[in-house]
Amino acid sequence: MIKVDHLAYTYPGVDDTPGVAVFEDLSLTVEEGSFVAILGGNGCGKSTLAKHFNAILLPCGGMVWVCGMDTADEDKLIPIRRNVGMVFQNPDNQIVANVVEEDVAFGPENLGVASPAIRQRVDKALKQVGMYEYREHAPHLLSGGQKQRIAIAGIIAMEPKFIILDEPTAMLDPRGRREVMDTVSRLNREKGITVVLITHHMDEAAQCGRVVVLHKGKIAADGAPGEVFSQVELLHRIGLAAPETVELCYELNKLGFDLPLTALEPEECARLLYEKLK
Amino acid sequence: MLKDITLGQYFPGNSFVHRLDPRTKLIMLIVYIVALFTAASWLSYGLCLGFLVAVIAISTIPVKSILNGMKPLVFILVFTGVLNVFFTPGETELFSFLGLSVTVEGLSRAFFMMVRILMLVTSTFLLTYTTSPISLTDGLESLMNPLKVIHVPVHELSMMMCIALRFIPTLIEETDKIMSAQKARGADFESGNLLERVQALVPILVPLFISAFRRADELATAMECRCYQGGDGRTKMKLLRYKRGDYQAFGVGALLLIAVICLSVLGL
Repeated sequence: MIKVDHLAYTYPGVDDTPGVAVFEDLSLTVEEGSFVAILGGNGCGKSTLAKHFNAILLPCGGMVWVCGMDTADEDKLIPIRRNVGMVFQNPDNQIVANVVEEDVAFGPENLGVASPAIRQRVDKALKQVGMYEYREHAPHLLSGGQKQRIAIAGIIAMEPKFIILDEPTAMLDPRGRREVMDTVSRLNREKGITVVLITHHMDEAAQCGRVVVLHKGKIAADGAPGEVFSQVELLHRIGLAAPETVELCYELNKLGFDLPLTALEPEECARLLYEKLK
Repeated sequence: MLKDITLGQYFPGNSFVHRLDPRTKLIMLIVYIVALFTAASWLSYGLCLGFLVAVIAISTIPVKSILNGMKPLVFILVFTGVLNVFFTPGETELFSFLGLSVTVEGLSRAFFMMVRILMLVTSTFLLTYTTSPISLTDGLESLMNPLKVIHVPVHELSMMMCIALRFIPTLIEETDKIMSAQKARGADFESGNLLERVQALVPILVPLFISAFRRADELATAMECRCYQGGDGRTKMKLLRYKRGDYQAFGVGALLLIAVICLSVLGL
């Protein structure tokens, strides 16, 4: 599990300008096998928090523990990073090689895995993200969603326990977004890989098992999606919106209806309305 | 428009030449160049030419694309030819032209030089046409490996080449985008004299460089996240291994070189 313990972090200032404090006292635990969404507006510290999970950034105060390893311990850097894989927003800037399978092999190659075992891992990872038939393609000829799935394959070829995805769908079209979300939730469900999804898409967060809302470096809400998204006023106050279905029920309630704010799927919302109107 | 640029011009295929180990092809190229420069007679040139024709035939590379690649060389060829015709000392003068004499020796030397350049270039084309850039990089890294002893950063160099190759299409696409954006705001890249056109490129280069640096930064972080720590302790998915075909190729190459050397020693 990943344990963030009273984390404080300040981006260092340039020259004499003071740094920007992102976190002052943040505590959070991510259980193994869970599917957690971290939600928040721009500048709330989502990405900064993600970079603490695999020791790209080190805490200025407090501690971050990954599977019992302190991220500030330099000797543990490689074990931490092989356990916590990270996928970034721009798929173009994380693909290293100009053949798909060579790129997926990059991680295991760095870990010094024996050649036949790398081959196996690469084939397995590519099959898991459904990109096996593209293994000999050039990445720049693929679509955004496909590139992002290659990036995910590159991470799972290292066989990590955790995958952190930092706004993986921000640059994708709706189809690419669906491809990536399907892949990620399948990995969580079938392979038991813990997924931390950083996003500002409410509908993506609604598919997760747990939603953590960050605001100005503090946790504003934490719980199951139904629980968090029913707090519509809180979300509005920090500049976020609930999923459209919840928003609809919320607006109807203002007009005198009495609908529960739990519908995260259009079908469920329709059913609630149908029952109400009957 | 920019997307049409191809680099390295690799023709995918599955011929005997394509399947050869990239190291074999690199070594064979060197052997061939040595043979070419040792060759000094009709017979030895004929041997080299025969070898080249055989390789082209086996590689199934269309002759037309090789000839197309020669176009930029026409000037160099003509230049070398003319220089050799007029400036080779010789006895049998055929005629003189503007005070310069044209001799039999000069003509034959010019002919040999031109043929030599043509064969040299064709052989390098054959290497890049039949070898993908990535396996070429792998082959170079593996061949240069002994240089690590004298602290040449072999792995780093090949990593750089690999990343450069990977990002060329991405950056070309980006340049296209920036140019369209500038054109949409009234930039003019097509008219004006040379100086004006070069100046018009500055608004393209600046955003391109900034974006390239940002990409480099993000790529470095992504590589670190994937446990990259340089070449030490790194393994490879695809190991280069010499197979039977490679030994056969080496055999043919050695025969060619020995034959050419023998011919030139015998003065034939």
